[in-house]
Formats: sequence, C-alpha cells, structure tokens
Amino acid sequence: MGLDKNGIAQRIAQELRGGWYVNLGIGIPTLVANYIPEGIEVEFQSENGVLGMGPFPFEGEEDADLINAGKQTITTMKGASFFDSATSFSMIRGQHVQLTVLGAMEVSENGDIANWKIPGKMVKGMGGAMDLVASADNIIVAMMHSNRAGVSKLLKECSLPLTGVACVKKVVTDLAVLEIKDGAFHLLERAPGVSVEEIQSKTEGNLMVSGDVPEMNI
Amino acid sequence: MNKVIESVEQAVDGIKSNMTLMLGGFGLCGIPENSIAQLVKSGISGLTCISNNAGVDDFGLGLLLHNKQIKKMISSYVGENDEFERQMLSGELEVDLIPQGSLAERCRAGGAGIPAFYTPAGYGTEVAVGKEVREFNGKPHILESALHADFAIVKAWKGDTEGNLVYKATARNFNPMMAMAGKITIAEVEHLVPAGELDPNEIHTPGIFVQRIFQGQHFEKRIEQRTTRSR
Repeated sequence: MGLDKNGIAQRIAQELRGGWYVNLGIGIPTLVANYIPEGIEVEFQSENGVLGMGPFPFEGEEDADLINAGKQTITTMKGASFFDSATSFSMIRGQHVQLTVLGAMEVSENGDIANWKIPGKMVKGMGGAMDLVASADNIIVAMMHSNRAGVSKLLKECSLPLTGVACVKKVVTDLAVLEIKDGAFHLLERAPGVSVEEIQSKTEGNLMVSGDVPEMNI
Repeated sequence: MNKVIESVEQAVDGIKSNMTLMLGGFGLCGIPENSIAQLVKSGISGLTCISNNAGVDDFGLGLLLHNKQIKKMISSYVGENDEFERQMLSGELEVDLIPQGSLAERCRAGGAGIPAFYTPAGYGTEVAVGKEVREFNGKPHILESALHADFAIVKAWKGDTEGNLVYKATARNFNPMMAMAGKITIAEVEHLVPAGELDPNEIHTPGIFVQRIFQGQHFEKRIEQRTTRSR
C-alpha cells in the first residue's frame, strides 16, 4: 500500500509555486520535474552549474558536456545559464534557491538528516547535500517511510552520520506528508488508503496527530 | 604572453611524486583527460589529488587510482567507483570528503588570496570536527581554509595563445576556481586559437591564471549516465 516513487514526486510537485528556483536531488526528487502543475513556471537549478535545466535529450542528441548533478545527460530550456561551482553554491548558500528537494536515509524528529554515509559499508560522499541543507530555508525530504528491512526512517535520533542538523521542515513519504516542528513529526496528510494507525506503527519518532487527517489529493 | 606548449609531455613536466594536484571536472564532464593519461604513463606516485570526484574504474582519475599512484583524495563525492571504495575502506587510500560548495569555495579562496572563510555547511556533522565554530546572525558556521596546489590541471573548450579560456556548458564546473589556485596551471583545450580570436567579453578564465596551454590530441568525453527520452 502507499504511493510509489512517482506518487511521492507528484505530491511534492504540488508544493511548487510560480517563479521559484528549485534544486532537485538525485533519485525520487528528480522525478518531481515530471509533475509540474499546469500554469506554474519554475526553473530548475543543478549544482554542477546550470539554471534552467530541461528534460533528458532525445536519443542521438546527448552532449557529454551537458549533464545534471546526477551525471545524467540533460537539455536546457530557453533562458538557461551555465556557471562555475563557486557561483552555483553562492546561489545555494545565499538562499537564492527557493526550494530544495532531496532524498534521505534517515530523518529525526528535530529535523536532522542523514544521507551520505554508512560507516564501514558505504561511503559515497556528501556531494552538495551539506551545503544545501545548511543553507536552504525550504527543504522537503522525499523518501520511503521505511527502509528495505522494514525499519522506520523517521526516527527520534538519526543513527547514521549527519548531513545537517535541525534543517528539514517537511517530509513526503510513500505513506504520508509530515511537517517537522517542536521536536515532532506532525501528520498533515495520509496517502490514499493508508490509515493513521499504519503511519503511527511505522514512525519511530514522535508523531503528532490532531483531528481528522485528510488523504492526499493526487 | 605566449603560453602555448607543444605536447602533453611538456605540459605535465615538473609534476613529481608526492605533489598536490587540482584536477577540474564534475564526474567525467570537463576533466583534463589528456593530462591524466600522461600522468598514468609517467608512473609518478604518492599524489594528493583535489578533485570533486575520482573518476570511474576505467576512466579519469580511476586510472591513476587503479595504478595506486594516488595517496590521498580530497573530494566531495566518490560513488560509482568500486576500486576507490575498496582502497578507501581498506585504508590504502586517504580520503578527505568535503561538502561540494566548501570544496569549490576553498579552491576559489586559494586562488583569491583569502586564507579562510566561514560557512554553515557541515555544522554539527563529522565535517565540523576540530574546526572553529562561530555564530553570525544567530546561526553557527564553521571555519574552512583555502586549498592550494603545486599544479592545477583544467580542461576548457576553447583557449587562446595567451591562456584565456572559455568552457562549454556544465563542463565549466570546478575548472575556473582550480585554474586560479594552482602555483602552475595547465590548461588542455579542445580548440586552441590565436590571441584575438576569442571575444574578450566572453572569456571565463583570464590568461593570467594559466601558465601552460595546449591542444589535447584526443578527447573521448565519455558519458557516465547516458539518459534519453523517447521521441
């Protein structure tokens, strides 16, 4: 039950507002670009140095010099621009980017996020994630509610090395939309057909439920 | 001032074992692949390489890693490279992982005469261990220092005999900051043109930052993640 990755992306896309510059991370966040609501104009920033990122190229039109932060071949929209990495992170740290969407391995009830390292097992590096979460005002985490072993990813405290502290304000999972404030996950919406009890049972961190929790509209 | 040199052999002349190098590129995009190939041939070792990524197993910096020519990597993201992960987890390779924006700014600072700066990135994480913390406007920041290199090796699309450089699309990435931060900066370009042919309004890296420029003989420009949509 619950949403698939595209469903999560579709729900997050409802958060987009016209005129925003948006940075989408690798994985589920990338899919958000497929669901931009009609009539809304946003521009996508990719931290490797492009503003105005467009869709993937048609076969045969790939350009090795034109990629996104996930190293995928891309295209650009009219009015796009290229810049170096220092300028790119000036946009990010300087809060010129209105929304950051990224994936996570763990999120805690006070808004800590971990997504770059599993000691002794996997070390890929943080890439731009630490700069993004330390600076952005508006961060949405897109992830599954539980990991593959069925363990909750919404925790009292993160067990993995942190990417940032007290920075995540909203989480959209396959089961729910949650807001993080005052040291708790506040349940805002349920995925279609998912009960509050199920969300409660799969949330290790402090979950606040008030009144009737509506279903997502997707 | 004419910065042109004739061959890749001359370009990397003077790069010795145990030196610190900066190498431009993001993933395999905008990497100085001709110079890397020459470093592989040269057999020098004990290198400290500052580069956002570490190539893939059989291309880019992955070639130097495979030959165990690198002692230490300073990078922000090193996934998709099995040999790298093996050497790191076994302790053969020293690795300093740095947030991407801090890496870019530390290179820029190195070239710009700024010894250190405060950034919010990494506060409260492993990255902040041992670093000075200071609050500005009620928000904690950590002190990060400038990076320097004995040689910086960058790749540009077009360059002229004066060392002026123009990059293409997202192949720009770390190249401009690294060009500024090398004691000696080597630029390999796809198209080398006489001074005067590039529009001064459109130069990305002014020639003052470049000591050696040469036209690369062969650019494979490998694509790491070829993604397309259907027509």
